[in-house]
Amino acid sequence: MAENILSIVESAYRATLEEQDDPIVWLAHALRASGAATHLLLRGNAVNYGVRDQDASGLRFGARAQTQPPRIDRDLLALIDKGGEVFYIRDDASIRGIRPDEVIPGLKPVKTTDLPALFRRFDRVWHW
Amino acid sequence: MADSDTPATITFVLNDPPYENARSTTAFRLIDTAIRRGFNVNVFAYEGAVALPFARQAPHANAVHGRDVASEDHPNTKDWIAALLAEAAERQVKLDWVNCGLCVDERGVAEAIPGTRRGSPADLAKFSEASRSTLVIPTR
Repeated sequence: MAENILSIVESAYRATLEEQDDPIVWLAHALRASGAATHLLLRGNAVNYGVRDQDASGLRFGARAQTQPPRIDRDLLALIDKGGEVFYIRDDASIRGIRPDEVIPGLKPVKTTDLPALFRRFDRVWHW
Repeated sequence: MADSDTPATITFVLNDPPYENARSTTAFRLIDTAIRRGFNVNVFAYEGAVALPFARQAPHANAVHGRDVASEDHPNTKDWIAALLAEAAERQVKLDWVNCGLCVDERGVAEAIPGTRRGSPADLAKFSEASRSTLVIPTR
């Protein structure tokens, strides 16, 4: 049976332009392709990954333009499509002024007080 | 805009390795702006930043994105630096990129792209002395 892994993503936009994605979101996809049942919990600044219609395009230095900018909202949707669950901490979103109707469909808000129960659902909890 | 016949010079000190955080991209934006505004730019790459122009960086296909290497079109940091060097040449200003040699040796990244060079902290001292300002973008 696939190992059930929850990755907590807290450091957001750390290298997303240079990598053209978020390395931990990417790893969740890659591990899932290798048979693990990977899921994400967005906390802190990373709750912003769930906001719809982000646009990181336009980076250019000299003649070299970035043609494939990061699309983290799309990467989260793709993980959900593959069966992954993506949670975000409701209070971390609200203190940043992010309303529930501004996040992509399928994201699941959780309260901080519900985290212990959430963690018990997983074989591994990795905090990045 | 530099305000005399000889362009003014700005020095940047970079500290962070590639692919770890957004500070290197921010530094590239500032360097790009300085070049486009007619400044000569010095860069002293220290510690992990000496890997930014490492010539053996290679793009890769990305199965998670569903793209092959061509369509992923991933500029490595060495490509950004090459673009900045070309832009400086086109605008007839100088971009002098120096990698701290001891940091290079520790990390095994001696193969830097053309247009960058190996140096030492003595270059930073000279850079700072000759510059209108020196901006340190440190690692955290």
